[in-house]
Amino acid sequence: MAASSVAASELLHNMNKQIWILCPKASCIIRRISTTSSRCYSQRQLRAKSAPQQLVGVVGLEIHAQINSNTKLFSGSPVRFSAPPNSLVSFFDSSLPGTLPVLNRRCVEAAVMTGLALNCTINRKSLFDRKHYFYADLPAGYQITQQRRPIAVDGELTYNLLGGKNRNQVIRKTVNIKQIQLEQDSGKSLHDDVHSQTLIDLNRAGVGLMELVMEPDMSCGEEAAAAVRELQLILQALGTCQGNMSEGQLRVDANVSVHRPGEPLGIRTEVKNINSIRYLARAIDYEIQRQISVLQRGGTVQNETRAYDSKSGETIPMRDKEGLQDYRFMPEPNLPPLIVYGDNASLPTGTDACQAVVVQKIREGLPELPSVKRDRLVRTYGILPEHSFTLVNEDGLVEYFEAVLKATKKEPRKVIGWVTNELLGHLKQQDMSVSQSKVSPPALAELLELQEKGHISSSVAKQVFQEMWRSSGKTASQIIQEQDLGLVSDTAQLHSICQKVVDSNPDEVLAIRNGNKKVLNRLIGLVQRETKGRADPVLVKEILQEKTS
Amino acid sequence: MLSLTIREVSLALREGRISPTELCRRCLNRIKKTRHLNAYLTVTEELALKQAQEAEARLLQGVPKGPLDGIPFAVKDNFCTENIKTTCASRMLRDYTPPYNATVVQRLLDQGAVLVGKTNMDEFAMGAGSTDGAFGPVKNPWSYAAPYREQTGAEPDSDWVITGGSSGGSAAAVASLTSYLALGSDTGGSTRNPGALCGVVALKPTYGLLSRHGLIPLVNSMDVPGILTRSVSDAATILGILQGLDVKDSTTIPAPSSLTELPEDFDVKNMCIGIPKEYHAPGLSEEVIAQWSRVADMFERAGARVEQVSLPHTQYSIVCYHVLCHAEVASNMARFDGLEYGHRSEVNSSTEAMYASTRHEGFNDVVRGRILSGNYFLLKQNYQHYFVKAQKVRRLIADDFKHVFSSGVDVLLTPTTLTDAARYSDFTQEDNRTRSAQEDIFTQPVNMAGIPAVSVPTALSRRGLPIGLQLIGPAIQDKKLLSVAQWIEQRVGFPAISQYRNDTRMIRKGADFSCMKRTVDTRNQLLTKSLITGTHNGLKV
Repeated sequence: MAASSVAASELLHNMNKQIWILCPKASCIIRRISTTSSRCYSQRQLRAKSAPQQLVGVVGLEIHAQINSNTKLFSGSPVRFSAPPNSLVSFFDSSLPGTLPVLNRRCVEAAVMTGLALNCTINRKSLFDRKHYFYADLPAGYQITQQRRPIAVDGELTYNLLGGKNRNQVIRKTVNIKQIQLEQDSGKSLHDDVHSQTLIDLNRAGVGLMELVMEPDMSCGEEAAAAVRELQLILQALGTCQGNMSEGQLRVDANVSVHRPGEPLGIRTEVKNINSIRYLARAIDYEIQRQISVLQRGGTVQNETRAYDSKSGETIPMRDKEGLQDYRFMPEPNLPPLIVYGDNASLPTGTDACQAVVVQKIREGLPELPSVKRDRLVRTYGILPEHSFTLVNEDGLVEYFEAVLKATKKEPRKVIGWVTNELLGHLKQQDMSVSQSKVSPPALAELLELQEKGHISSSVAKQVFQEMWRSSGKTASQIIQEQDLGLVSDTAQLHSICQKVVDSNPDEVLAIRNGNKKVLNRLIGLVQRETKGRADPVLVKEILQEKTS
Repeated sequence: MLSLTIREVSLALREGRISPTELCRRCLNRIKKTRHLNAYLTVTEELALKQAQEAEARLLQGVPKGPLDGIPFAVKDNFCTENIKTTCASRMLRDYTPPYNATVVQRLLDQGAVLVGKTNMDEFAMGAGSTDGAFGPVKNPWSYAAPYREQTGAEPDSDWVITGGSSGGSAAAVASLTSYLALGSDTGGSTRNPGALCGVVALKPTYGLLSRHGLIPLVNSMDVPGILTRSVSDAATILGILQGLDVKDSTTIPAPSSLTELPEDFDVKNMCIGIPKEYHAPGLSEEVIAQWSRVADMFERAGARVEQVSLPHTQYSIVCYHVLCHAEVASNMARFDGLEYGHRSEVNSSTEAMYASTRHEGFNDVVRGRILSGNYFLLKQNYQHYFVKAQKVRRLIADDFKHVFSSGVDVLLTPTTLTDAARYSDFTQEDNRTRSAQEDIFTQPVNMAGIPAVSVPTALSRRGLPIGLQLIGPAIQDKKLLSVAQWIEQRVGFPAISQYRNDTRMIRKGADFSCMKRTVDTRNQLLTKSLITGTHNGLKV
């Protein structure tokens, strides 16, 4: 916005002068589902046995997913996180009088694609509405949304929980998706309590959102967290939303209530201000417990909006909501009904196929979804289901895994541990993504190949991997050669080492000779210590057996 | 020179009989001499002269941009103009300067037309008199012309008549010969009403044919930019330039054809002219009825079929119009909160208090009243009962027109207003709500249906004031509608105001009233046949 040409208010003016840190840069990206609350299941099972009339939680979610698009929903302004305040604001975004919304086709396609991935019915005709409320970061005084007829309805999301003793049992669950609606994001208000003023950043105002409404089909924080994590993976696979919760690309509000099974749902609260999946689980479980204790004390749950405070782990009532709002919904008169077409054949004559949104075309372009990918990995490579989750959870890890497999004859079931333990462990330790890995798939494959062929032992292989990570660029064979890590299989040399070990441990030898064969392993270990793990384990065993017989 | 039509003055410019700068200067001078009309809120003198010089250079090189190159025009002050104040005649936008041009303004500028100023109106176009703007009412130029003065003995400074509205400044600009064309906006008749009362041609095109981008909205679903000119042919020229798709307005439709010139010898033979019986409303003046029947007779004599038709839902239209209008107003006005632009109150105890006093100080009673009732209609408990019901009736009204046009009627002929222009002192006896209901009675059903209509001046009343008739056509048939309008224009002999003017106050002794007399004399059989004897389920006013 050309500040000189608009009678910019003092407020906007002030805003431009100040530098604002909108969000701490520190990334707290949650890559794994919270593992803290497996109690959800154990608790419920206990209750079911002892007291069937116990209160249980009911959870529904409203999720705002920022559409991954270069420009905003109704204007040509660029979309970018952490740009200088008010630097991405068009005349329309700042609601200058006389400006009109122009729908961004990319956003529609993203919503249709997301709808298809979630098994929704895509409405051939959907409508836009205005939702009115006065708020400083909503410049028009209304938000354009899809209240009456959203673009997609009646879908479902299948997600998985890891249950059982060792959390290796996959529990499949489904949550119904009521609808997906397109709508505008608002700007951001920054309250400066010292000078008692509010500063407004409109960079986010008008960015396209998909609001996904999940029915109250979940019962605890862990389920909600797993559902959101699965959604996040789907959105990222589709490329329709980057799904980064800490940057606000995915915002989750939870509707939480408690009731006794079989009875009507209780009064619900809405929990907001949740910016990670881990906090989502905690916030919901806290809120369920809070409501249960309120009811057990004989109190009643208030229908209210509560904010999650991640420091205290509690939910607290939000102060600024005074009573019920009447949003005075009205059809948006400046946008004709949004029409999407089933296939090219159903396009009216004279329509440019490139300009129209065609469901069939989008369906054909759907990428492999996470659940399909996991099934394929288990089927193709014979890996465990929980490994397939680890692979798919990490962006780029499946591709890495498959690239390693291509370059080695080692069995996938043996490779998987290297990828999910050594590689992922190193990545996590340094908060790196797969693409930043210091060891490339061919390099790892070479290492595994050397191990497979018996050039090095598995413990040395791990040592070499660490070295490869540290001095990136060096190949496994270089490191093995430089540090003399190759397997010692010179029988004479091994004989002499083994003899030394046998001679200096007469008690152990005696034990073995008396029939305690397990003690042999201790001797093997001593030989390996002597050779820094480089001794050929098969040979060592043979020699020691011979010497102790 | 100033009283010419666009076509005539365009020719004069090309033939070098006058230069664009000279023409511009004369218009600017005339604006100064007619300041008392309060037609302009901003006069863009410097910019106009600069644009005129550029046009002059092009004309001298023989490469004019088009038929409008060098021709002065005025724009209602609710169209955004880049770096030129755009106030909507409201304190809220008193100092607001948009950073962009409305599409229709830009298209005129692209043709080399010269913007001389922004015209007065009712605040945010809410009114039918151009009496409810924050910067004073507009005076009808005919108040100062001989016919009115001599017929009524009126003192122009106290007994002046209104222009109608809300585009009164634009109508007065064209009528007072300060610009050759003006843009108005038409939501319920806001272009046609002042067009009729000021004796100029006023076109409300098919909804969507002209871009609304940059038009500060009243009712988005009914607003259309309106065209005010001195001749039907000029209106057609401007329509041809302005119409068509605009990527910035998703409700625009492609132009049906590049509008070429209207046929000079349009034949109305075998056409069917519908006379909607519901438009015979109480309060309709004898003189307007006389004009209505006079023109209907002309058609009949020329071989057209003139038939009484029925638009049965007309009587519900104005009520529903108000419900829908107020609801959209409540929504559209929400953005004026004092934060991003416009007036901001000194009260800053809280954001809410600032909103409230900003809006109280910035809007007049009419605007605030409509916001209040509009929000009431949109409340959850009222939405079905008011808004949805009004929308359903709106559909029925649109269907009324569709039925009539599909039954073989080519155009409808109706009055534009109930009477000629009222004196300001009389007009302001009633409140804005009542006046709007009366003044828009014949014009707003067309906006509900989105179809085109044009008001053509036909004669002067006994008081020496213009009377206009309205032609209504089917959607997208704007050109055919204008062809019929031109046919009327060629035959009614409406007098040019320049006949009566002197240099300053448009006063001339001994004016010629022949055309007016003819009006009164030609009461005719059609009146008795189809209008008077027609069943009187007319409109309630």
